[in-house]
Amino acid sequence: MSSIVKPTKPWAASPRDRAITALSIAISVVVSFAVVAATPMKGKLAYAFIFFVSWIAIDSLFAFYRLGVKGVRNGLAEKITLIGALIVSAAVFSILWTTIYKGTKGLNLAFVTQTMREASIFDPIGKGGILHSIVGTLILIALSILFSVPMGILTALYLTELKGRASALIQFLVQAMSGVPSVVAGLFIYAALVLTTPLRSSAFLGALALTILMVPTVTRTAQEVLNLVPRDLREAGLAMGATQWKTVALVVVPAARSGLITAVILGVARIAGETAPLIFTIGAFDSINWNPVKGESASIPTIIWRGLLGGSPEAVQRAWSAILVLLILVLLLFVAARSLGNRAMKK
Amino acid sequence: MSVAASTKVTPPARVITTKPRVSDQIFRAIVTVFSFSALVILSLIALFLLIQGFSTLREQGFGFITHFEWSITTDDSGKEVAHFGLQAMLIGTVIISFLALLLAVPIAVLTALFLTYYAPDSIKKILVTVIDLMAAFPSILYGLWGYFVLMPMAIYWAKLIHKWLGWIYIFDVPQPIFARSPFIASIVLSIMIIPIITSVSREVFSQTPLDRVQAAYALGATKWGMIRAVVLPYGAGGVVGGSMLGLGRAFGETVAVYSVLNIVFRPNYQILFTQGGNVASMIIQKWGEAGKSEVSALIAAGLVLFILTLLVNFAANFIVSRSVKSGR
Repeated sequence: MSSIVKPTKPWAASPRDRAITALSIAISVVVSFAVVAATPMKGKLAYAFIFFVSWIAIDSLFAFYRLGVKGVRNGLAEKITLIGALIVSAAVFSILWTTIYKGTKGLNLAFVTQTMREASIFDPIGKGGILHSIVGTLILIALSILFSVPMGILTALYLTELKGRASALIQFLVQAMSGVPSVVAGLFIYAALVLTTPLRSSAFLGALALTILMVPTVTRTAQEVLNLVPRDLREAGLAMGATQWKTVALVVVPAARSGLITAVILGVARIAGETAPLIFTIGAFDSINWNPVKGESASIPTIIWRGLLGGSPEAVQRAWSAILVLLILVLLLFVAARSLGNRAMKK
Repeated sequence: MSVAASTKVTPPARVITTKPRVSDQIFRAIVTVFSFSALVILSLIALFLLIQGFSTLREQGFGFITHFEWSITTDDSGKEVAHFGLQAMLIGTVIISFLALLLAVPIAVLTALFLTYYAPDSIKKILVTVIDLMAAFPSILYGLWGYFVLMPMAIYWAKLIHKWLGWIYIFDVPQPIFARSPFIASIVLSIMIIPIITSVSREVFSQTPLDRVQAAYALGATKWGMIRAVVLPYGAGGVVGGSMLGLGRAFGETVAVYSVLNIVFRPNYQILFTQGGNVASMIIQKWGEAGKSEVSALIAAGLVLFILTLLVNFAANFIVSRSVKSGR
């Protein structure tokens, strides 16, 4: 005789509850079709609106019958939060779908392997591509990593390892810096370097402007990751007679390695699509410029910007395809950061 | 025979000190120096924007933020007369940003509640990823989408609002042109700031003390009763702080707003009409053909924007750090 007690979940929905939910949804679907057919209200929005109104009404009726006014309020809250989440999902879905749908039309091999040296943005699709701006964006990203990683990670080390007297102030300033508008970062580089020194628009200046935007992201993520490294590890290092420098370099940083890489990737994702600072700092160029300090350069966001301003159907098509390329880049970075980050958290 | 007295040499007592090794001193010095980079960069930004924008600020004086005219004309003697005033742009920025906040906060809070208390685990995981992804979308993508996809829909909504609520001043329009209005710009902005507000709200909601939640249930509260009595009062500070962070982002947004807003140097309170202002977008609009004096004026405008966002962010971070314990 086995006497294993099966766990019960008295709060879970019973078959009867499910049946009621299904029934009310079914009735609301019918009602929404009927109302749209019978009244002058038209469009997808009308279907959604009437569906939700009638669903809420019918479900509230059932809830009132069983649980009274409190039950009605409870059900109402549940559905309204669901609507909030649906609106957000609809916006994201619409953005992704439009980008993929419109972007793939202009995407071909030439688009990512040629430059615009012999083509203008008004030429038909298939002539010329955005290779130069992909190269430009990669140069910008590489330089920004070079500038912002030392600043970001060392600031995070100050906040987590040294915990010096200025910690609170620095934390505050890093947060303030993360709110600097991107257009101000670009204006600053222009005001400080282009107006006062012989330096002119180049990938180098663009990367400096992007660094201002990237450092706070890197610092904050790195700080969170370093805080996750167990205290025991640090104490073990110090107890073995290591200096603080050795402990940090050989114990703490290796333990947080994948998390720190995530921090850098998130920083790159933050700046990869920035447009406004680049308008002031990198200029425009139609073929590949490998020299970051001399000569104007191109980047994917500025190409999109010019396509959008160009206005002709071809220019706009190029903008959509370029933004698809940019979006794929951001998605790849995002997935990389996620998978690395998950691994870092599990340790 | 006598044993030679052994001469005991007592080594000097070890000096115990807390003075770090040289390597540690160097390490600490380097880290400390770099940690001040945020301070240095922020002060350099303020300094250089002030230096390069100073000539405009001196010429225009207080009128720089109280007049709405923006023009450069040459008078009879060939002397350049410049009027630079940001008033219309500042008013426009505030209108758009607060309207965006008004649209975004309810949706973001509802989404955060849905994620914390209603969504099944599988949906929750997907939706959290989607919202994080939304925060990583480039702003120019929002601009493009807003112009080509949202605008046609939003014009239709604007016409509906005008038809039924047109008797209220702010929903009235002098001419029936609804494209590129502050209304549309604020919808785009609200979608951009929803992820920020949602993630901060979710963080505070999920930190609601479990004992209070269970106490509410034990007293017989429904889920909504529990949320209203426990979660919302507890999370209110975080929601306000998150909204202010979103407001800071909305103030500084450039490219997305530029794509969907018709910038006119005249204060306009009729949100459905195709005429609005935004400091950041104005800067890139005027940048292309700006002469020397105008560049200075634009840099001064950048300074005003910088100070504005800095103040909002200070306030936001103060509120968030007080209500979110884990520290963001």
